[in-house]
Amino acid sequence: MKEYLIQAAYLAASLLFILGLRGLTSPGTARRGMRLAAVGMVLAVVGTLLHHDIVRYEWIIVGLVVGSAIGAAMAILLPMTAVPQRTAISLSFGALAATLVGIAEYIRLGAEMAPATMAALGFEVLLGSITITGSLVAFAKLQELMKSAPVTWPFQNPINIGLFLLTVGMFVSLVINPGNATVFYGMIGLGLLIGVFLVLPIGGADMPVVIALLNSYCGLASSATGFVLGNNVLIIAGALDGASGFILSILMSKAMNRSFRNVLFGAFGGETAALASGPAGRLTVRSTNAEDLAVLLGYANHVIIIPGYGMAVAQAQHEVRELMTLIEARGGTVSFAVHPVAGRMPGHMNVLLAEANVPYDKLVDMDDINPEFPRTDVVMVIGANDVVNPAARSDPASPIYGMPILDADKAKNVVVLKRSMGTGFAGIENALFYDPKTQMYFGDAKKSLAALVSELRHLQ
Amino acid sequence: MSLTAVLEIYVFLLAGCVGFLTITKVQPLLHTPLMSATNAIAGISLVGSLVLAGADHGTLSTVLGTIAVTAATINVVGGFMLTDRMLKMFKREDAPKKPAA
Repeated sequence: MKEYLIQAAYLAASLLFILGLRGLTSPGTARRGMRLAAVGMVLAVVGTLLHHDIVRYEWIIVGLVVGSAIGAAMAILLPMTAVPQRTAISLSFGALAATLVGIAEYIRLGAEMAPATMAALGFEVLLGSITITGSLVAFAKLQELMKSAPVTWPFQNPINIGLFLLTVGMFVSLVINPGNATVFYGMIGLGLLIGVFLVLPIGGADMPVVIALLNSYCGLASSATGFVLGNNVLIIAGALDGASGFILSILMSKAMNRSFRNVLFGAFGGETAALASGPAGRLTVRSTNAEDLAVLLGYANHVIIIPGYGMAVAQAQHEVRELMTLIEARGGTVSFAVHPVAGRMPGHMNVLLAEANVPYDKLVDMDDINPEFPRTDVVMVIGANDVVNPAARSDPASPIYGMPILDADKAKNVVVLKRSMGTGFAGIENALFYDPKTQMYFGDAKKSLAALVSELRHLQ
Repeated sequence: MSLTAVLEIYVFLLAGCVGFLTITKVQPLLHTPLMSATNAIAGISLVGSLVLAGADHGTLSTVLGTIAVTAATINVVGGFMLTDRMLKMFKREDAPKKPAA
């Protein structure tokens, strides 16, 4: 009877998870959806506590209390700019849980495991261990504990392929002979190493792809846990998470014009080594100041703002919103053009602007806003570079050629807020900066915008 | 391969399809909350960890289980709370705004 109750709770939880994700299709239903999913989680946990194997509760309570305290503290105190690193570290935690469960299961059953179970367990610990270290490296890069630039070393690809083949060999040998514990732990060790090697060569701008990919691995590790334990709710929730990460990594790689194969094997990053081309040195840039810019914006009818990672770094989202309010008060319209890979994770810019009280109907996706640029008086690019580089459209020799971009160059005036004339992540010159209709406004985005806001406020 | 394993693969593939169909409809606007939401949901590995921490399979299992419960709970609690905090910020144009500074 108890077993039926548990299964009923799991079924309800699975349905609530799906309904919850369905709620996320619209901002209006999202919060209610997530509450349903949370109820599902509570049901699954309560159901599990009835499990016949559970004989004592003290350690469960310790884990639940400590975990809740840390989780809640992180969720409440976290600044919105730190969401990408929080996502990375939580993928690591999720993978750690799955891997530890897998190891314990191996200790318990070991040699007695059926080949199918061993295969599932192999996937579980392998995906888990890759995700643990991969996410930790991603976290370290996002948190700037280490340089976010790609790290490369000689024979990188042959070494990675060798490690991969070795791992596959160990996996197969384990399925044939599950009793060999050395191979099992060796495989976990290799998984941890592969995770590091996978993410070290990834530069900051490629983080959205890698985070989505790790998200997918983490989900699949949970799913594999479900196969090992014969637990459907784990299989289902893991599959949902895996599908989500998979879709996001496809979307992100499309938005960066990278092939999916390229993404799947993590062999990206190294290829975008600086290939400086373009008009540097031949043309000059036109720089501007807060007063002139205030006049330009004060009399513009249509303004589009393109936020990039630079806005997040400078934490300038609140100044951006003030600027929007002022322009609108003077009768202009403002919308925001959000490139799919702007920032360090999918949807990063949207969350920051929403935090600053920008209504979400002003946040427009690339495909919807691109036709608007020719009708736009002023485009303001804040800390973005490669996503507005016209070379992606026009220069087949450019490393980013073919990447979908925001057509900022088609607007009547372009203003670029930038710290200095440095190149973007891909190390490519941007012809937009040398366009005669472009004005460069140098400085820290937050300070520059604050000065601009104050000028605009005094504009008659 | 046992019948159970086949049925589990059924469940996995069906869930994957449902996930694919549902998640392709999520607007890019909500991709960050989507990631933290699926992260919270994948914290379901808590279910496996709970059994491990509470069962009587020896000290090592209990230690591993307790760490796993802690890690998974951080994701579940943190993930749902953070998702809600983010979703609360998404407002429409006509929604009451904070007074302009």
